[in-house]
Amino acid sequence: MAINELEMDTLVYQRPEALADIPTHYCPGCTHGVANRLIAEVIDEMGIREKAIGVASVGCSVFTYNYLDIDFVQGAHGRAPAMATGVKRVLPERVVFTYQGDGDLASIGTAEIVHAATRGENITVFFVNNGNYAMTGGQMAPTSLPGQKTTSSPNGRDVETQGYPVRVSEMFATIDGASYIVRRSLHDAKSIRQAKKAIRMAFETQVRGLGFSMVELLSICPTNWGMKPLDAVSWLEEKMIPYYPLGDYKVHPALAEIKL
Amino acid sequence: MPLKGRIDVNEKYCKGCELCVSSCPQEVLALATDHINAKGYHPAVMVAEGCTGCGICSIVCPEAAITVFREKSGASRIPA
Amino acid sequence: MSLELMKGNEAVAEAAVRAGVVAYFGYPITPQTELLEYMARRMPELGRAFVQAESELGAINMVYGAACTGHRVMSSSSSPGVSLMMEGISYIAATEIPMVLVDVMRGGPGLGDIAPAQGDYYQIVKGGGHGDYRTIVLAPASVQESVDMTVLAFDLAEKYRCIVFVLSDGSIGQMMEPCELPPMQPLKTSFPDWAVNGAEGREKRVLTSINLDPQGQEDMNFRLLERWQEVEANEVRYKEYFMEDAEYVVAGFGSSGRIALSAVRAARAEGIKVGLIRPITLSPFPKQVFANLPDRIKGMLVVEMNAGQMLEDILVNTQSRIPTEFFARLAGIVPYPDEVLNEIHRMVEGPIPTEGHPRDRWLKRALAERSRS
Repeated sequence: MAINELEMDTLVYQRPEALADIPTHYCPGCTHGVANRLIAEVIDEMGIREKAIGVASVGCSVFTYNYLDIDFVQGAHGRAPAMATGVKRVLPERVVFTYQGDGDLASIGTAEIVHAATRGENITVFFVNNGNYAMTGGQMAPTSLPGQKTTSSPNGRDVETQGYPVRVSEMFATIDGASYIVRRSLHDAKSIRQAKKAIRMAFETQVRGLGFSMVELLSICPTNWGMKPLDAVSWLEEKMIPYYPLGDYKVHPALAEIKL
Repeated sequence: MPLKGRIDVNEKYCKGCELCVSSCPQEVLALATDHINAKGYHPAVMVAEGCTGCGICSIVCPEAAITVFREKSGASRIPA
Repeated sequence: MSLELMKGNEAVAEAAVRAGVVAYFGYPITPQTELLEYMARRMPELGRAFVQAESELGAINMVYGAACTGHRVMSSSSSPGVSLMMEGISYIAATEIPMVLVDVMRGGPGLGDIAPAQGDYYQIVKGGGHGDYRTIVLAPASVQESVDMTVLAFDLAEKYRCIVFVLSDGSIGQMMEPCELPPMQPLKTSFPDWAVNGAEGREKRVLTSINLDPQGQEDMNFRLLERWQEVEANEVRYKEYFMEDAEYVVAGFGSSGRIALSAVRAARAEGIKVGLIRPITLSPFPKQVFANLPDRIKGMLVVEMNAGQMLEDILVNTQSRIPTEFFARLAGIVPYPDEVLNEIHRMVEGPIPTEGHPRDRWLKRALAERSRS
């Protein structure tokens, strides 16, 4: 066949511009990579590369600033929502977001995230929930499930002595200052497509001045769950989703009109 | 005739996680058995015909390693 | 030159506003809450940012974020609240960005009391956060000095990309005195080339305090050290009173320096040749002034409202050349000028021991005094 295949092909998908050309430090199969990529895609689509300012947190997420080609500041563990508040209050026209994991948001940073939401800060928060403290080697997180074995719950999380997991999206739905609180997942193509729409909607919430937005993203952690990525996907579907149902927990009425 | 597509896997990024392999509805992907990349991973490669350019592999890929192409419709009918 | 009668805390707030502060993030704590309340009213009037944070921890991190944009930002607190900020202070110092922080000291340690004290000297001057970093520390002793030093703080912070503390105490924060406020400065419109404010028409910038590669971390530390050398060479400030022919010297900072000045004046009226040195910059410390005290100085009395913290910095510079005594009231109790005058008399009557530590001698006297009463 003499046809030059390259000339005849339509490009269906390529790496987003806003994603830096750097191999990531994430483990094979880690869906942080998917989350980073989706945020980059939305930044490209909304044309906000020059307006976006990310606030990096502490955890596996700490080097997100290497992977997104936008301005970034680095927060102390748990403090990203406070830092984002500082940035947004002096630069209200910028698109300011945090990117946090379980420990950062739901443990040490609980006060900062709750109050950013109650104040209705016009920022966006991406909360990557993978049920453990991955960067430090897989300790129990506030989001670890009952019975889940981690390095600090070696016999499985015992709710009697180690308490119950915290459902962040459900909690935040009760906060008046919160405008867009949803939980999505990153474990398969369908859920990833929906996650991307939620990420877009969250940024739209901010850009339209509608208040605090947060997207909780259920993610796999093959290394610390001790599984291959494919098995981790199954574990997420079978164990995490029943405990952390996907869905929209709070949606500002003005957002319902937006068609994506 | 089903659309034809093809993908390029950038071996610099691929970590051999196999999420694309299991997600491909046409089952045309597998991890290479005959080579590894600079980091020692077996990268994903196309091993069979049948790619439709659906892009599902690129959606699940955590490293954004996959570029997806689809033939423009009718292209395969243009004679040489 | 128009003077206004203002409360210290409010004067500091207005001075910061005039110096072009764009954002204030704080939390209520006695005895500085008036600063927060003044800002709550004043900042929105001017369309500037004000947030009462969820805690001092939240506040310092809000300051951190806003400071990364290159804007003039500040917070204020009092001793227990400043302890909560220490993590943020270390991070901000490591990120090499400017910030102004007002500590209106109260009695500690612990929850303490709400009365004036000077117990935060070590924490603020030596650095209460982790790692090697230095901050500039300015110690006012009046409402006017508080105003002047607040304005200076913003300029120095930007010049050296560092944190500047205005180290005040409950009495200076609460007292009302006439002061002259500076004119209103226009807000900044141009920002340094490290500022993170949206990568418009330029490459991205990242401000971070993490350097997993130790070499990078060492490089940052050396940048801080080199900049600190500049600060030490150029920014030492202090005030001297009656030192030209002094045979005895009293040293104190902030309120204790001010009270000591009253005692020194009274002593001079009695014919005692005593002078006062009152450091303005506690960091960089006016080492040379103490190191170069003339040979005619027969004795020194250090007066503080803590258990002898600046005392150590003085002793290391006088190298025990000068017999030194120490006097303190602690934990929120403020000394009277008469108490200091008695100490001056005792020093002049002498002899001042040269063995042992001045703090131990003071403590012995103080304990004996307490058991008598």
